[in-house]
Amino acid sequence: MPDDIILDVKGLKMYFDVSAPLISRMIRRTSKQMLKAVDGLNFSIRRGETFSLVGESGCGKSTVARAVAGLYTITDGDIVVEGENLSKIRDKTKIAAISKRVQMIFQSPYASLDPRWRVRDIIAEPIRAFHLAKDKADERQQVDTLLRQVGLSPSDGEKYPHEFSGGQRQRISIARALSSRPEFLICDEPTSALDVSVQAQILNLMTELQDDLGLTYLFISHDLAVIDHISDWIGVMYLGRICEITPQPELFKNPLHPYTRLLLATIPDLSGETTHVPLEGEVPNPINPPTGCTFHPRCPYANERCKRERPELRRIGPSEVACHAIEEGRI
Amino acid sequence: MAILEISNLCIEFPTRRGVLSAVEHLSLSIEAGEILGIVGESGAGKSLTGNAIVGLLEPPGHVTGGVILLNGQDITHLSDAEMRKVRGAQIGVIFQDPLTSLDPLYTIGQQLVQTIQTHMDLSRADAKRRAIDLLVEVGIPAPERRFDAYPHEFSGGMRQRVVIALALCCDPCLIIADEPTTALDVSVQAQIIALLKRLAREKGVATMLVTHDMGVIAEAADRVAVIYSGRLAEIGEVRSVIDTPKHPYTKGLMDSIPQIGQNLELLPNIPGAMPRLDSRPDGCAFNPRCEKAKAVCREKMSGLFTAGEKKQMAACWVYAGGDEYA
Amino acid sequence: MKSTHSMTWWDRFRDHDITYSFCHSPVTMLAAIVTLLMVLAAFGAPLLTSYTPFEPGSLSLMDAFLPPAWEPEGVSQHLLGTDGQGRDILAAIMYGTQVSLTVGMLSVLLSVAIGIPLGIIAGYFGGWVDTAIMRFADIQLTIPPILIALMIDGITRTSLSSEVHEVIAIPVLIVSIGLASWPQYARITRSGAMVERRKDYIAAAKLIQTPTALVLLRHIFPNVVGPTLIVATIGVAVAIIIEATLSFLGVGVPPTTPSLGTLIRIGNNFLFSGEWWITFFPALTLVVLVLSVNLIGDWLRDTFNPKLR
Repeated sequence: MPDDIILDVKGLKMYFDVSAPLISRMIRRTSKQMLKAVDGLNFSIRRGETFSLVGESGCGKSTVARAVAGLYTITDGDIVVEGENLSKIRDKTKIAAISKRVQMIFQSPYASLDPRWRVRDIIAEPIRAFHLAKDKADERQQVDTLLRQVGLSPSDGEKYPHEFSGGQRQRISIARALSSRPEFLICDEPTSALDVSVQAQILNLMTELQDDLGLTYLFISHDLAVIDHISDWIGVMYLGRICEITPQPELFKNPLHPYTRLLLATIPDLSGETTHVPLEGEVPNPINPPTGCTFHPRCPYANERCKRERPELRRIGPSEVACHAIEEGRI
Repeated sequence: MAILEISNLCIEFPTRRGVLSAVEHLSLSIEAGEILGIVGESGAGKSLTGNAIVGLLEPPGHVTGGVILLNGQDITHLSDAEMRKVRGAQIGVIFQDPLTSLDPLYTIGQQLVQTIQTHMDLSRADAKRRAIDLLVEVGIPAPERRFDAYPHEFSGGMRQRVVIALALCCDPCLIIADEPTTALDVSVQAQIIALLKRLAREKGVATMLVTHDMGVIAEAADRVAVIYSGRLAEIGEVRSVIDTPKHPYTKGLMDSIPQIGQNLELLPNIPGAMPRLDSRPDGCAFNPRCEKAKAVCREKMSGLFTAGEKKQMAACWVYAGGDEYA
Repeated sequence: MKSTHSMTWWDRFRDHDITYSFCHSPVTMLAAIVTLLMVLAAFGAPLLTSYTPFEPGSLSLMDAFLPPAWEPEGVSQHLLGTDGQGRDILAAIMYGTQVSLTVGMLSVLLSVAIGIPLGIIAGYFGGWVDTAIMRFADIQLTIPPILIALMIDGITRTSLSSEVHEVIAIPVLIVSIGLASWPQYARITRSGAMVERRKDYIAAAKLIQTPTALVLLRHIFPNVVGPTLIVATIGVAVAIIIEATLSFLGVGVPPTTPSLGTLIRIGNNFLFSGEWWITFFPALTLVVLVLSVNLIGDWLRDTFNPKLR
């Protein structure tokens, strides 16, 4: 059912110009340098599901989140939200209608709330921007309801952000994101700045809200255990590309891509039973990514074709994997 | 004999609204070759403990009670100059962010040689040889070539290795590592953990590993101390604390960590939050969040009781039947 | 979490760290009291003294060159003595302080009004907008305020009649001092805006299609204005000094409405003939005023920026 798809990302490219100023380039005779943060990404999310992107820092997962939220002008590709192509709409009322339905929760509970605003005003800002309240009393009531919904009390609305702990601030962020009654929430590492016991509370709140309000999540995290807990579908990212898309239980039961296997092998794990052989090497610089499959310098299965030719996503069972070795049956 | 022995350590911050006691009656020890993990939420006082040992408490915070013994020598109230000597020669310190520990204006070779020469009586050539040996030791490939590189030319993981090399300059008997892997990616994190473990095993360095990440503790530590609201909640061998936590806080904490393959709809969690230092309740600091709280928990702070095999101990009245320690 | 919403604003004020810091800094309290008294004396001059030192009709040459009241020839009606035209020095200082403070505050207001918006725009948009504004600021900084004042003064003096010139002398002074120091405020707000624009609350505001002008006004401005106001306090002291310097050189306010600087210049002529009080008391007032304002500024800076402590 194509109308079931809430977000469809096709061939998304997001390049940043990181070159030195023109004059220095002329003196040093260097050319323009492009950081390919996201380099040809395809995925889609069905309504009511949680799709997660996981990867190490610098793999471009946060860039995808911000691009989908409309915070960047994308270099190439299409982001289609509920049938509307984000990069092609010019009509202001249409843009507003979409941004009302797509909201975002940010990583830092400190930088995502304006320190000079009262919590009530922070939560009410989207309500005011989209004219969703009949009058002041209605707005007040809506904010009170939202505060209760995220486990705070209406009197908390009169305080300033600095009076709250990290976990409470993240609740405020969620209340604000919900205030324009969105259907789709982009969550960029919403719990990675929190302590584990608080993280559990926030993850539970997000699960409950999803059940109550039928929300769809695009969830970004580097923490595989959190991803496993919250997701329905998981995309593993490496250097601006997705190397594997798979339903949640499959990733951990039956990881396919060599990078996914590496990630799973290196996460510190509470059981302490597995003795890991840490893999050497680090993520290469995305300004000069390796040719062909970007993972080939660290991959134990790489051959000449991997160095030359970029693998595309191919369906294997329920999953999609971009790997020559798997395609050729070498793994 | 233990390399580091802390008993009854108290750290206070005088503020205008009264004195905040950030760490209360903390006792622990680390043997040679042992890695002791210190785990707790932000604000629990775990980093303060590490800072107090090396005399780097931010004023107005100061040690108001207890004794810190390093190889039997009392280092609790050394002057800044004396402390600097001890820190350079016997204690290595590794902080969370490798960038702030390295001077961007000097090559890593210069920084290593300088540190070696301040604390050891070596010629320049010998100091350089030692620096290169250290870089080999911490796993930096082609150390002769990297010797003249500046910190910004290194990746995050390599930088943290350089910081560890700096900490090892003078053969310390104790390493204080404060969140050494938090700023790093998982695959690099595993490499750094392996390095710390190897140093403890091969060189007999006692290591205090301060972190909020139970996963890192499970991988790296031999024993673990759980700190809650500035007090020791539980201490014991890492496997017994993780597999059979005794203190209700440790239990709640372990349950709330999501684990791969668990497939729970909701995660178990401890209701509420750690009290602020200025509004710590009477008795056990955890009592308002504890299902097992009894009348005595609201009145009196519990001592450390034996709560399992292999010297596992918990500061909880539930175990009041067992032997009390100190 | 302590409930703070039930507190009145007065409780909040009394409980605030800044109030606490103020009450525990005797030097700052003294400086604040002195400044307050001087401001009151300056702007309350018509009520506090019956002398009108700058209405020539009310002066009597009989009273000229009277020393302060405690000297053998002094009279109690003129506490700090009189000048060569029989003006009461104390009254002249009160009116002069009024002119100095007005010029100081209005010129800082002008530089803040130019500097803050330009700084926010430069810092928020970056790129060539930033380059253009900051290069302009750099050029502005290379021209000392005295030079600007001399230029404007020269132009107005030659192109306007002396009566008109006297009327516009004070506004000219305010504009030339104000123009000279806006880059300082632009630089501070620019660096603040560069930090704030990367924070996620700005992204959150953009996400709901908040127009850029409103993002700047409602989010960036309140978060970057604080440090500027601290610098502005010290800026007032600096502006008073510049004004005094210009007036002393004779290109500032005209002798008909003298500021502290003009009074010092007038008195300077009599310094070597023994009438020291004519220049000494205005100079002392200037020193005390500038010192007090600077002390308040230093305290503000230390309190709001713990890193500098």
